[in-house]
Formats: sequence, structure tokens, C-alpha cells
Amino acid sequence: MLVWSRPGRIVIWLVFTLLFGVLFLAPLAVILLSSLADQWNGVLPSGLTTEHYSDVVQGAAWKAVKASLVTGFLASAVALVSGTWAALALRIQDATLARVLGVLFFIPSAVPSVSVGLGLLVAFSHPPLLLNGTIAIVMVAHFVLISAFTFGNVSAGLARLSPDFEQVASSLGARPAYRLRHVTLPLLAPYLVAAFGLSFALSMGELGATVMVYPPGWVTLPVSIFSLTDRGDVFAGAALTMVLVAVTLILLLGLERVTGRQARS
Amino acid sequence: MADAAVLPAPAAKRVPGRFWIVPPAALLALLFFYPLVLIVQQAFMDDSGMANVGEFVRVLHARFFLNALINTITISVTATAGCLIVGLVLGLILAFVPFPGSGVIARLIDTFIALPTFLVTLAFTFLYGSAGMLNAGLTEAFSLQAPPVNFLYSTWGVVLAEVTVYSPFVLRPLLAAFSLVDRGQIEAASVLGARPFRIVRQVILPAAVPALIAGGSLCLLLTVNEFGIVLFIGAKGVITLPLLIYSKAIQESAYQVACIIAVINIALSLGLFGLYRFAAGRLGA
Repeated sequence: MLVWSRPGRIVIWLVFTLLFGVLFLAPLAVILLSSLADQWNGVLPSGLTTEHYSDVVQGAAWKAVKASLVTGFLASAVALVSGTWAALALRIQDATLARVLGVLFFIPSAVPSVSVGLGLLVAFSHPPLLLNGTIAIVMVAHFVLISAFTFGNVSAGLARLSPDFEQVASSLGARPAYRLRHVTLPLLAPYLVAAFGLSFALSMGELGATVMVYPPGWVTLPVSIFSLTDRGDVFAGAALTMVLVAVTLILLLGLERVTGRQARS
Repeated sequence: MADAAVLPAPAAKRVPGRFWIVPPAALLALLFFYPLVLIVQQAFMDDSGMANVGEFVRVLHARFFLNALINTITISVTATAGCLIVGLVLGLILAFVPFPGSGVIARLIDTFIALPTFLVTLAFTFLYGSAGMLNAGLTEAFSLQAPPVNFLYSTWGVVLAEVTVYSPFVLRPLLAAFSLVDRGQIEAASVLGARPFRIVRQVILPAAVPALIAGGSLCLLLTVNEFGIVLFIGAKGVITLPLLIYSKAIQESAYQVACIIAVINIALSLGLFGLYRFAAGRLGA
């Protein structure tokens, strides 16, 4: 405890409440409120309605939810496989090469997402590699952007893994494939689940690359939120944002419970 | 002893295993590095496919580019400074003046990292927009003619939104660093009569410097690359490099100009990424 006097502490907590309230709590609260707002001309909405949410369940907004979920799931699954594969394969390289390749696998997270989208447009707009105008180019963009995060999470998990189990397994004569399936991957499972959850969440909120490459008919949640608010339909945009927040939080909390249970058992 | 018996076995298997890195590396090379190379190639080539830096130099001197570059750097540096201050204040309180529930609050702030950045901008239009809550309240209370608060559609709106979104990235390493500070040292100092401000300056801050540098350089990188916040604010005067790339490529179909700006943006980002890796490496050491 740094501050001992009671008034001093109360002043400091007030500062905290103010900062936290203005910066973090108010934005979430106001989005929730506006997603339920009937009309909003004064300080508070004139009435509350669930109409914006029932619009989401029908119509174009539901297609956006579906597009985001499918894109997020597929991109995260591929990123999980390739990130885990890369992290495992880097362990058996010599140290210098492993360090250089490790940085290369991280670089997609450092490049602006709009440029990733631009690169895909430039590279894959001509046969034989024609992806422009297909759903696949959206998946590829999401995969590239989240691959660094899955790779990073799995690498961090591998670094924390005690080498003892694997050494015991191989000294007992387990072949590498058997050791990987029955020792390394189960030990790594909590990190894999966490990596999948985080990349799914990142994919759900991705805007910069998607807005560059998306074909008509595959409008993800962030893109459709942008077009709604850009048209001035802010309440529908807020309702869709709440859906996005809810899905993201369910993903993160649900996966946290799964990993928590695995860690305990 | 046990190690000596086990270690030679994996060493012997090292040679065939080396090629396992090829599939994921090839995938990333095709989908990420190959497009990146094409961006650079397009930036330095004219329509006939000849190397030409003329267009590159022209864009570099163009008004729209210089404005976007200055905007990007100003916003990024200001927002990072804001993130450092907010992160430091929140971190100091959460770590050293904790209150019931501060752990839950710290985790709540942490989940902000996973939420889409444009959420905050959208919320700000309801809060501080020309028809937002604050303006409606002030106009009603003082019966004003025009909305008095209009910082949102300027660089300050972008900066405030970025501070909200990115200060958790400073807070996270900072709380990790603070958890290592010896509590006994702080109590001893305050029993000996040192005032809190002095303890912060002489005991806590020196321990936090690596975390501040790592978090700050990550914020610089992320704010330079930020797109959603700027797009959603949609102010005519606030154009940054990522937004310029988008508008040149998608709205004007000027792909070469977009590629030239992308090359500069990517170079800037990779430089900041190097800075971050260097800072984070020192943090780990």
C-alpha cells in the first residue's frame, strides 16, 4: 500500500473511477444504450426498444454475423495448424535460423492491415492465382493477420513447457510422432485453445484488410457496421456492434473456462 | 546425468526434422511475403514494366502525402504519450493502492485488447458527437445555439479514441513489472517518512522503465497502423497513411500511388517493430 491516509486513498480512487469511467466504461455503456434506443435527441434516449436486435436476427445483418463466424472459424483453424506446426518445427532448427524465422513469422502483425489487403489485391487478381472477388481472399487476409498471434501464443506455451515429459517419453522409446500426439500436444492444449480464441476474436473485429478485399455477398460484421453508421443508421450499427462484442466475449470467456478446467485437472 | 543420457538421441534425429519448417514457411511466403514484394515492385515501376522512381518521388512531394504523414506521426506520438500517462496512472493505482475488486477491473481493461477498435469511435459519436450526450446536455443546461464540444472530428478525437484502445497495451507489461517490485522496500520507505511521490519516483519508476519502453513502442506501432478509428471518425481533415492507402486503392483505383504510400507505411511500421522487439528483448533479459 503506497498511500496510508484514508482521505488520500479516497482521492486516488476517485481519480481512478473517473479515468476508468470516462475511458472504458462510458463507451461500452453508451453503445449498449444506443443499441436499445428508440430515438435519441436529448441527453438520454426518448424510449427503449429491442427493434434493432430483431432486425439483426432477420435480414442482411444476420448474413454478416454468419460471414464473420465462418471467416473467423476457418482462418483461426488454419492459423492454429500452421502456427503450431511452425512453432514445433522451429524447435528443431539451429538457434540462429530459429531466431530469424521466428521474427519472420511475427512480421505480419507489424504490417498495417490495409497494406496486407492491398498486397493480396495486387498479387491475386490475375490467373492462375485468381482470388480477387472470391470469399477465399477474405479468409487469406484474416489468416495472414492472425497467424502471427497464434504462432506467438503457441511459441510462448512451448517455451513454458517443461522438457522433462518429452525427454522421459523419448528415453522410454516413444517415436517422435507418438511423442507429439500423446505428450507434447496434450500438454500444449491450453495454449492452443487460448490461441484459437484470441485469433477468432481478432478476426471478428478485423476491418482494415477486409474492407480492401471483400467481395459483394461476403460482408463481415465490422464492414457492415461501418456501412450502417456511414449511412447514418447509427442505432442499427450499435446493435450489431453489441452482437460483435457479445460473440467476442463469449468466445474469450468460454475458452478461458475450458483452459482453466484443463489446467486444474 | 539424466540429461547426458537423453540428449544425444534428439541430436541424431535433427537432420530429417529440419525440413518440417518448410510447409508453414512456404504458406506464409506465398500469402504474405510474395504480395509484399509485389507492392514494392509496383511502387518502383511504370506501366511498361520499367524501373522508374519518378512516380515515387512525385508522391513523396505531394501535398496529400505529406499531410497524411505528418498527421500519422503527430497522432501516433500524442496518442502514445497519452497511453503512457493513462497506463502509468491506472497501473500505479491498481498495483499499489488496490481496492476491493481491482483485480476484476484489471482483467476487464485487459479484455479491451480483444475488442474491435472502431467500437470506441462509434461510442464517442454518441458521447461527444455534435448531437451526442455531452453536447445535448450542455446546450440544454446553458441554452446554447450551437454544440459547444467539437473536438471529435479533429486529430484530438482520434487521439482520445486511440488512448482508450491502446493504453491496456501499456498497462499489461506495467502490471507485470510492478508485481516484481519489493513491497517491503516501499513500506520501509514510507515508514521512514518518504512521501508517496518520492517513492514512486525513486523506487517504482526505475523498475517500470523497461515496461514503459516496451509498451510505448508497441503503442507507436499500433497507432501508426490504426485504420478503423480514423475511418469511423471520417473527418475530412484527418487522413492518415493507412486511410490514404485505402482511399487511393479502393475509391480512386490508383494502385501505384497506393503501393508507394504502402511502401513508406510498411517501412515506418517495420522500423517501429524493430524498436519494439529490441525493447521487449531487453525487458525479458
